Amino acid sequence: MTLIDLANPTRFLSLTARVLPWLAGATAILLLIGLYQSAMAPDDYQQGATVKLMFIHVPNAWLSMFVWGVMSLAALGTLVWRHPLADVAAKAAAPIGAAFTFLALATGSLWGRPMWGTYWEWDARLTSVLILFLMYLGLIALWRAVEDPSRAARAAAILTLVGAINIPIIKFSVDWWNTLHQPASVMRMGGPSLDRAFLIPLLVMAIGFSLLFVTLHLAAMRNEILRRRVRALQMMQASRQAA
Amino acid sequence: MSLGPYASFIVTAYALVTAVVAILIAWIAIDYRRQKELLRELEASGVVRRSGRGAADIS
Repeated sequence: MTLIDLANPTRFLSLTARVLPWLAGATAILLLIGLYQSAMAPDDYQQGATVKLMFIHVPNAWLSMFVWGVMSLAALGTLVWRHPLADVAAKAAAPIGAAFTFLALATGSLWGRPMWGTYWEWDARLTSVLILFLMYLGLIALWRAVEDPSRAARAAAILTLVGAINIPIIKFSVDWWNTLHQPASVMRMGGPSLDRAFLIPLLVMAIGFSLLFVTLHLAAMRNEILRRRVRALQMMQASRQAA
Repeated sequence: MSLGPYASFIVTAYALVTAVVAILIAWIAIDYRRQKELLRELEASGVVRRSGRGAADIS
C-alpha cells in the first residue's frame, strides 16, 4: 500500500472501512484510561483539583494547532501535487479543528476564572488562539460559499497557507510577549517540567484525543467523497433532464 | 475524589468536552447516512456512475 493507492477515492473508502472500527475502539480505550488516570491524579500543591482541567485543555489546544498543520499539508497537496484527496482532507478537517479550538478556548476560560480571576484576557496566547478559531470559521464559510469544489479548494488552500503563519505565533506567544498564560511546560527545551503524576495522564489523553481526530477525520473524509459523488450524479441527472 | 471549591468549573469543562465530541460524532454519523441515502435515491431514479458501482458497494 503506497500513498498513490490512497489517491483513488474508491480504494480509500474500502481501506478506511476496514481501519475505522479498530481506530474507534483504540480511541475509546485510550480516552477511558486517560479519564481514569485524570480522575486519580493528585491535586496540585498550588492549583488544587483544577489541575484536572489541564488533561482536557492541553490536548485540545495542541490539536487546534495540529489540525491546522494537517490542513496546511493538504493545502500543499492541492496546490503543488494536485492530489485528488488533498482538498477532501482539508475540508473534512476544518469543522473538527474548529471544535477542538472552541474547546481549548472554553476549557481555558473555565480554568482561567478560578486561577487568574478572569474568564478572558486579551493577552497574546488567548488572542492568537481566538484568531485561529475565527480563521477556521472563515474557511468553513468559504467552502460553503463557493459551489464548485475545485475553485473553493484553491482559494481555501491559499487561505490555509497564509493562516499557517499564526501557528508559530500561538506556540511562541508566551515567550515573545509578557502573557498571563503560562509558558510551555511539556514541549520545551530541557524536557517537560511536569511531574510524572500529571505528565502520564496528560500524554495518554493527548494520544487519545489525537486518535479521536484521526478517526473523525477519516470518517468525515468518507462523507465528503460521498457528497461529491452525490453532486456529480445530481449534475448528470440535471443535464439529462435538460436534454 | 474531592474536586474542592472549584468543582463546578471542572465538571462544566468535562461536560462541555463530552457534549462537543458527542455532537461531532453524531453529526458525522448522520451525514454519512444522509449521503448514502441520497446516492440510493439517485440510483433508484436511474442515475448511475460510469463505473457502475453504487451506494450498496460502499462499505
